[in-house]
Amino acid sequence: MTESSSKGHRTPGKPHSGVLTYLAGLGFAIVLTLASFWAAGTNAIWEPAVPILLAALAIGQMGVHVVFFFHLSSGPGDTNNLLALIFGVFVVGLVVFGSILIMSNLDANMVPMDKLMKMQR
Amino acid sequence: MSLADDLTRPVEGDEDTTPYSERGPAPIDVVAGFGFWLFLLSDIVMFSALFAAYAVLADHTAGGPDGLKLFNRGYVLIETMCLLFSSFTCGMCSLAMERRSAGAFHLWALVTILLGGAFLGLEIAEFSRMIAEDAGPTRSAFLSAFFTLVGTHGLHVTLGLLWFVSMMAQVATLGFQPVVMRRLRCLTLFWHALDIVWIGVFTIVYLGARW
Repeated sequence: MTESSSKGHRTPGKPHSGVLTYLAGLGFAIVLTLASFWAAGTNAIWEPAVPILLAALAIGQMGVHVVFFFHLSSGPGDTNNLLALIFGVFVVGLVVFGSILIMSNLDANMVPMDKLMKMQR
Repeated sequence: MSLADDLTRPVEGDEDTTPYSERGPAPIDVVAGFGFWLFLLSDIVMFSALFAAYAVLADHTAGGPDGLKLFNRGYVLIETMCLLFSSFTCGMCSLAMERRSAGAFHLWALVTILLGGAFLGLEIAEFSRMIAEDAGPTRSAFLSAFFTLVGTHGLHVTLGLLWFVSMMAQVATLGFQPVVMRRLRCLTLFWHALDIVWIGVFTIVYLGARW
């Protein structure tokens, strides 16, 4: 078997060229990090859009880490890992958004402190 | 064809044509890797509870200093870069391990420990500066949530550094045995996961402090 034909058959999920993959991941991550810090400090962007941009950059960078550092792929060997990750993301979303939703609702329905003081008297 | 046949039929491109139900237990490398992956996801779920607590309490400063006053973005950017580059050198460690090159492994592991140590040192300096400015964890609900979230991440980094030192000793004494390689693969997963949690920390805590 020649060198070139053995290169064509790689096990899915295993890192391809090694150093290049990690370097690409590092490059993407640095660009996304700098973009986040720039977006948070600049006046060039319409202000209400900045949190959404920050969230998008953070989620993108997490994706870069998962693909280039964890080498997680959608290949058949990674099905179990990917399913576990999707469930984990689902639980994280429930906990974070559920807590914020419930707490802001409770906060909005609270009796203001000065009225509470009058009621106790 | 029934659903059961469909699920147990080997995937295309898989050299082994035995159905999954007749292959027996998975090799220990796969089991250990998957088990550690599940642990990491449960750890991230725990962090999500701390993130939720921080998001709820971030405005409750009880008349004390708020995030905008306390955090220095340039300082956080240096911390972030330390952790990001340590994640890269950790990847170099695992490549050295796959090549069975002990010299390269020790070199990259040392660089990773130095970068992780620099991150930890910067974080401890930030914490002690805040406590000296009367902005410790007892000052307000916001600061309690901040110290719990960022402190838990720092604790994980500390454990990861100790784990790195222990793996260097194991490679030096035991060599690249299968059990050492398995532990090393788990350690690299752990270290990359810490970097992912840090992305959430710097976005929500440090950059989100403007709102």
